[in-house]
Amino acid sequence: MSILREISPKVRNIRHSELLALGRQACGIKEKLKQGVRKPYKEVIDVSGGDPHRTGVKPLSFVRQVLAACLYPQLVNSDKLPVDVRQRAQRLLGACKGGSVGSYTLTQGIMDIQQSVSKFISQRDGGVPSVPENIFLTAGSQGAIMKILSLLVNSEGTPRTGVLTPVPGYSSANMALEGLGGAIVPYYLNEELCWELQIDELRRALQSAKGVCNPVALYVINPGNPTGHIQSRKSMEEVIQFVSQEKLFLLADETVQDNVFGEGSEFVSYKRVLAEMGPPLSDTVELASFHSVSKGLMGECGLRGGYVELVNLDPEVMNHTYTLFSTDSSAAVTGQLAVDLMVDPIQPGDPSYPLYYKETQYIRTMQVHNAKRVTEVLNSLPGFSCQPVKGGAFAFPRVHLPPRAIQKAKEEGMPPDHFYCSRLLEDTGLLVSPGCEHGQREGTHHIRFCIMTSVDILEEVLRCLARFHTQFMKDFF
Amino acid sequence: MGQQPITFVRQVVALCCFPELLDSPGFPDDAKQRAQRILQGCGGRSLGSYSASQGVECIRQDIAAYIQQRDQGVPADWDNVFLTTGASDGIMSILKLLVSGQGESRTGVMIPIPQYPLYSAAISELEAVQVNYYLDEDECWALDVRELQQRYQDAKQHCQPRVLCIINPGNPTGQVQDKKCIEEVLHFAYEENLFVMSDEVYQDNVYSPDCQFHSFKKVLYEMGPEYFNSVELASFHSTSKGYTGECGFRGGYMEVLNMDPEVKAQLVKMLSVRLCPPVSGQAAMDVIVNPPKPHEPSYAQFTKEKNLVLDALAQKAKMTEEILNSVPGIKCNPVQGAMYAFPQIFIPPRAIQEAQALSMAPDMLYCLRLLEETGICVVPGSGFGQREGTFHFRMTILPSTEKLKILLTKVKDFHLKFLQEYSAQETTQENQHRET
Repeated sequence: MSILREISPKVRNIRHSELLALGRQACGIKEKLKQGVRKPYKEVIDVSGGDPHRTGVKPLSFVRQVLAACLYPQLVNSDKLPVDVRQRAQRLLGACKGGSVGSYTLTQGIMDIQQSVSKFISQRDGGVPSVPENIFLTAGSQGAIMKILSLLVNSEGTPRTGVLTPVPGYSSANMALEGLGGAIVPYYLNEELCWELQIDELRRALQSAKGVCNPVALYVINPGNPTGHIQSRKSMEEVIQFVSQEKLFLLADETVQDNVFGEGSEFVSYKRVLAEMGPPLSDTVELASFHSVSKGLMGECGLRGGYVELVNLDPEVMNHTYTLFSTDSSAAVTGQLAVDLMVDPIQPGDPSYPLYYKETQYIRTMQVHNAKRVTEVLNSLPGFSCQPVKGGAFAFPRVHLPPRAIQKAKEEGMPPDHFYCSRLLEDTGLLVSPGCEHGQREGTHHIRFCIMTSVDILEEVLRCLARFHTQFMKDFF
Repeated sequence: MGQQPITFVRQVVALCCFPELLDSPGFPDDAKQRAQRILQGCGGRSLGSYSASQGVECIRQDIAAYIQQRDQGVPADWDNVFLTTGASDGIMSILKLLVSGQGESRTGVMIPIPQYPLYSAAISELEAVQVNYYLDEDECWALDVRELQQRYQDAKQHCQPRVLCIINPGNPTGQVQDKKCIEEVLHFAYEENLFVMSDEVYQDNVYSPDCQFHSFKKVLYEMGPEYFNSVELASFHSTSKGYTGECGFRGGYMEVLNMDPEVKAQLVKMLSVRLCPPVSGQAAMDVIVNPPKPHEPSYAQFTKEKNLVLDALAQKAKMTEEILNSVPGIKCNPVQGAMYAFPQIFIPPRAIQEAQALSMAPDMLYCLRLLEETGICVVPGSGFGQREGTFHFRMTILPSTEKLKILLTKVKDFHLKFLQEYSAQETTQENQHRET
């Protein structure tokens, strides 16, 4: 039988996930609740992931109606569904081979949808041209990140390939990098300045990599995950200058670009900033931009729909990229269709528009409300400090754990914020993610939880958190 | 390719996608009941929620129940079942898990020749060592365990063979392994401590009346506890083949047996990196393992549609074999299962020379010419692997019977023309050259 030491060292090197461990604890609790064991709560509330539907956000009706009609084309001919739904389903089915969502698609995805994405990007970026051939439809943005990293990382080489990644950051991307045998080169975002990215810190990080690994890329997340920080144009220009000088490939994770709600905050894409900086930068900096249907207003995580746009890659490298993508079957068709619905939403004047507008406005209002409410409540609790949440899907407040709690955590053999989350889960049924999962400055502790939730669920989350936290701080004072 | 989706599958997934349809009289109760069950297992009762990385729990349970029933009671634990993004995701994940070592201790992966090129591509990407074992074309592509043993011994010189991949029914060959053969393979794996990967995506595509699908798991069980409790086995299935043909859903699962708990934990950790398989594909997989039962309203139509597809495939398998075998210079083994014909083609020496001059495999030249002259696209045998000096192409038997007949006639005509062209008398040029 295979034993641990025979397993791929790259797989073993993927970091242990504290959140997975908490997930197992949550499963155990759910099992006990099912068996009728009495607890101070009736169910587990899981706000640990960025999973809007799980936490009470409803899917958009138009999206689900079109997908249902594509899955079961008999609906296209019935008058059960609005005419614009049926028309869109018909158009999308026409773009699928054999008119069926059950057919394999071309390697880069359904061509019509590649074109929709390209058009969307160009419109979003004030006319900066986008070429469909540079677009690959993928299984979520994570699917794309994994593929592009496997292109960049030399798995068996020495020194190891390094990628600069933000702290705090996105743990799944870091795990993907480790799984390929790559090295993480952390750069710290500045919590006091609302999680700003600072160029000096990038320089420090790059310097630290000397002699340790071979850095080839810089991974930025904008708007930030978990921070929600929205980069200023000036900061983005500095980043572009930096990658150009240091010959780094720029990986821009823009998955939450549609979750921007802070006053005065505005998302601008790396592609646009790069293009508007003009040559030679605009012709030479290599960029991969990622997006998906998982967040934004759709929240369709489970459909696994996303794309990557590749800019300024050498044609030979593009050939290899295509080959790499072709070894795997393309993304699920329902995911690809969801991408089309994201980049080409219905317009005013269409019959389904009033409902679409109502649903999306509700989500927008909810986000603004949630962000405000979270910072308000948490900042009123001693032992919590929460930066204003201007965008993204999460709150990432700092928890100032008393030394006795830190000591207790050490005794139990877990990171202090995991300890906090574990107790929180046990006492209230609330599952949040510990800061150690996402990275943080030594000696600081945080929790992350999703704020793309229904208003009711958020109130419940804040209620549980406030009550637990107050008691916890008292117990460990 | 014109095959119609199974109505029931599409109804259930559509209901999951847009639950308002649960109130519609246009959908049968059994479809609604299944959709409800699936949605109960999803976060927020939505297909749009991430599932656990191993998949939706109730679907894993349904799959375990299906496996147990298929294998006539051999116990299946849902904790060993993982939903995957098509079978490919599962296959790739297991290989990623198992490749280790350096130099002479680098993991060797035994794969059949001819094979489905996902395996060779994965081995290449993971920098594992490819260890070929040849299926016997003269014995209807049978797997001879002595071939396995010989290749294993040879490979031990330069790598550590650890994994044995079998495709049953075969792709591209279509052969269906008999029970005795599977036993011999499992015994070999037991002796040499090999991890067996059994690609069984075509388990519902068996056409030859003399053949029957035997799952590797069931055969292993019947070999007794010493084997059943020790041989590491991963079996793969998918929504892409069978009678549903839902390739675009990217639905699939794997069942893993006898994996060390610590190794399994590593597998779960690794799978969590890709988050989860598409939930709509998981839903489709659930319907396939939990089809309408005889007393349910959709049973009649479901059975009718399923049999239509499978009967047509069986008919086309026979017809393809017969027509191809009627062509001088083409020899086609019986298509016992799967979805392909993989005939051997005679390529005249002059064509081989021309191909070599163009730096391409001779069967690639053949296929390019076929495409150019008839619009028919098939894949050269060199893409799947074949014995040195033999040439093949793989075609699917999926087009409608009428289209397939026309297509095969065109292939026949092309082949005869091709033979004639390259077996023609020497040209004057060649004559002159010889005289000087």
